[in-house]
Amino acid sequence: MSLLKKSAVELVSLLRDGELTSADLTRAYLNQIEEHEGTIQAFLHVDREAALQQAEDLDRRRAAGENMGPLGGLPVAVKDLLCTRGVTTTCASRMLENFRPPYDATVIARLKAAGAVLIGRTNMDEFAMGGSCENSAFQTTKNPWDPERIPGGSSGGAAACVAAAMAPLSVGSDTGGSIRQPAALCGVTGLKPTYGRVSRYGLVAFASSLDQIGPLAATAEDVALLLEVLAGHDPLDSTSIDAPVPRYIETVRQPLEGLRVGLVTDHLAEQLDPDVEAAVREAVRVYESLGANVEEVSLPHSRYGIATYYVIAPSEASSNLARYDGAHYGYRTDESALQAELAAERAAAQSEQEEARLDTPLVRMYRKTRSEGFGAEVKRRIMLGTYALSSGYYDAYYLKALKVRRLIVEDYRAAFQKADVLLGPVTPSPAMPLGHFKDDPLGMYLTDLFTVGANLAGIAGISLPCGQSREGLPIGLHLQAPPLEEERLLRAAHMFQTATDWHRRRPDFVASED
Amino acid sequence: MSELPYKIVIGLEVHVQLATQSKLFCRCSTQFGAPPNTQTCPVCSGMPGALPVLNREAYRMAVRAALALNCEIPEFTKWDRKQYYYPDLPKGYQISQFDLPMSQHGHLAISDPKNRFEPKRVGIIRAHLEEDAGKSMHDEQAGTADSRIDLNRCGTPLLEIVSEPEMYSPEEAKAYLTELKLLLTYLEVSDCNMQEGSLRVDANVNLHIPDPEAADGPPIATPIVEVKNMNSFRAVERALHYEADRQWEVWQESHQRLGDVPKQTRGWDENAEITRGQRSKEESSDYRYFPDPDLVPVVMSAKETAEIRNQLGELPAALRKRLEETYGIKPYDSDVLVNQGRALVDYYIELAEQCGDGKLASNWVQQDVLRLLNEREISIDDYAVRPSAFAELLAKVQDGKLDTSRGREVLAEMIEAGLSVADAMEKLGIAEVDDSELVELCQSLIAANPKIVADIQAGNLKAAGALIGQAKKQNPNVNPSRVRELCIELSSEAS
Ligand SMILES: [Zn+2]
Repeated sequence: MSLLKKSAVELVSLLRDGELTSADLTRAYLNQIEEHEGTIQAFLHVDREAALQQAEDLDRRRAAGENMGPLGGLPVAVKDLLCTRGVTTTCASRMLENFRPPYDATVIARLKAAGAVLIGRTNMDEFAMGGSCENSAFQTTKNPWDPERIPGGSSGGAAACVAAAMAPLSVGSDTGGSIRQPAALCGVTGLKPTYGRVSRYGLVAFASSLDQIGPLAATAEDVALLLEVLAGHDPLDSTSIDAPVPRYIETVRQPLEGLRVGLVTDHLAEQLDPDVEAAVREAVRVYESLGANVEEVSLPHSRYGIATYYVIAPSEASSNLARYDGAHYGYRTDESALQAELAAERAAAQSEQEEARLDTPLVRMYRKTRSEGFGAEVKRRIMLGTYALSSGYYDAYYLKALKVRRLIVEDYRAAFQKADVLLGPVTPSPAMPLGHFKDDPLGMYLTDLFTVGANLAGIAGISLPCGQSREGLPIGLHLQAPPLEEERLLRAAHMFQTATDWHRRRPDFVASED
Repeated sequence: MSELPYKIVIGLEVHVQLATQSKLFCRCSTQFGAPPNTQTCPVCSGMPGALPVLNREAYRMAVRAALALNCEIPEFTKWDRKQYYYPDLPKGYQISQFDLPMSQHGHLAISDPKNRFEPKRVGIIRAHLEEDAGKSMHDEQAGTADSRIDLNRCGTPLLEIVSEPEMYSPEEAKAYLTELKLLLTYLEVSDCNMQEGSLRVDANVNLHIPDPEAADGPPIATPIVEVKNMNSFRAVERALHYEADRQWEVWQESHQRLGDVPKQTRGWDENAEITRGQRSKEESSDYRYFPDPDLVPVVMSAKETAEIRNQLGELPAALRKRLEETYGIKPYDSDVLVNQGRALVDYYIELAEQCGDGKLASNWVQQDVLRLLNEREISIDDYAVRPSAFAELLAKVQDGKLDTSRGREVLAEMIEAGLSVADAMEKLGIAEVDDSELVELCQSLIAANPKIVADIQAGNLKAAGALIGQAKKQNPNVNPSRVRELCIELSSEAS
């Protein structure tokens, strides 16, 4: 059990030195999953045999003296929206319940090449739309700190499995905060890289101009280890950035001299839980004690972030999700029921005109497939986006949102003149009880208030544990840095983690096990 | 044409598949005719997570075509998603270009060798690049169970060329299409094969009718109809004739003007030779275009555009002019030659250069070479007689050693038996007849045919033809024109 409390960096070195086999390590995590998955439900799919098979192959290769790659047999959990050849990739949707991609996402190929053991597929909100995992078509992941509460989302399973010590490393995706928000609520470290830093090829798209894949782990060091594997230019993704990947793992421990921290005052203003505010202000003091200069900065258009995001993201989603129509793959409505339904309607038609107005079988197939295959939140966003892109509304919504997006980019540019990193809360409050946002989608959307800016501006952001609420729930600290400054972000986060131990705190059931 | 009580106004939308090795946004082959769904990948089959990457070669090819159409090429263009549902469109949207097309404001010059219309320029509104859809063997009414979809074509680069509504007769429309096809073929950017669907034509047609109440005012425009399903240029011509007549009849009954009814789409029925109304798809009215976030804008420098322009080569219009000026042939003839494609023109030029008589070469190429190519459905590359041998043959004709019909016989031997001019002539027993021998022969004919001689003396020179016939019977190798010449000369001397 103590094995599971070690950091990924420590484990890699044990594996490399031959003091630990990948099979033993993988078995330990699989056992942990077996023991607690009934409560946490972080995974949609765990193939014990396949995972052990990968681990044993890696051990054999190590024994033969082969280079194991930077992850060298370390288990990695993967959010269930990264296409993996021959492995069911559901996006937590009925629509893709039985979908097995014929190809590997670039990050999956990179993980395989880096010697990762793909231990399981983590739960999420359907098509990454949501912030609680409650929009999963299959199960609701529980917060390991309190199973009555949400783990956050959409990468809820990805964060919960790290918090529950079911995997040392985890890959998620972040469109409006989907890595950082669950990382904050589950007390782990999660990074959203610069847009284009990690290839999106094979990431099932939600909102293409905002989606970005990133790592989650217990510490900034571990996040650095995984980011180095994930990042890099990919000719298969036209939006991927062709810039060298720094050796994050080698620089992460170097403190930043004269770090200028910008405290985002707009994010401390309204609707902020007092415990969260206190933790963030304490974090400011920690940085000051580490020699950083803290100055207040403003992101004046930040308050339009949610409105902007909820026009752009659904617009792109309405288009990206058009392909799920039952014609080529994925869920399709029952054919005979469809034919029977249409036959009955034809029989009931009072006139030829009325009959002519009935759906063709094709149109009815589309309607029924999409009605049955998508959950409520996905449908809500498809409708929002379809509306925003419709002729007559395009200028007022989509085009306007693009203009505000440019203003938000300008805000950040100005703020980064004054500060090297921006500091603030990740979420307005700690983890909410399950069902809290059941009838309040707008309330749910507002929890993205502090995180959507980084996606809209395409910059990097990290969430790291910085305190606990009165109820003992984790609180996350949000650091943001200019494009391609992941290295700065990781070093700043690691500095904080050398001075604090919030990242070492684990839920009781993990901490008590030995 | 001008007697019609209306003016027909035609604009054409032409879709041309570019002759790239691979598709527009993935590396799949564009080869026609492969077994269904064997040329697909996650990208072109619209798999979740797959992303498009621009095939720069396709873009350059499109620029090549656009430059030849005299279009302006902006330095910056982008891609947009055109969204609609159809089974042959696996992503639920087509990657196309909406408000920033890769080229616009061009023109194509057309003329008619038969002079049915004045030479003119037809404006090109825009030419943009987009991906082709798959092929649906899908019967909407029959249900979904037996739908079949072939995605091989999906993602093939398509250039959509939109003309101004500036063609005023079906003949002009056909000339535009013929010239466009020729141009694109010369550029080697497309094979323009309508049967294989690499060139597709839609026409927008309406009528302009003089306003009886305001003779000097603008004409009345009737509703625009889009005509589809025309599978050959001839079909386009016929469909447009039909549509003009039909719209005139509709106008006389309904007096509906442009804007009174929604735009109608009609399909040409080749067998019935009529257009039929097609069910309008209400979903297609709003494509919800927006910039494709998976692709980055395309930047093409003025330098790169200039490079492509420099590599355009000689285009048909310039080539026709050169043939007329250099070889002294008529526009009709240069048109026939150039329309056959560059390889035939090269053959002609080589022949004309070697024999030194462009008109003679043009006649033989048009009458003899083209006839054989058409009969055997072969290309000039497979034509058995090379220009040098052909020129040798024409030299005999020029010298009067062979007449045209004898020359044809020699040519046939050269083609069938693969013989040289000399061998073919020998095989046919064509020997040059010595002039003194010929004089002797003619003298004997004059002596034997006093009646014909009298006719000739009376001024009926045609009568000499009978003597030529007799001469040929005695010796098939005689040169008829020389026989004629001698016979007339000797007749006048005879008393
Ligand atoms: Zn492909």
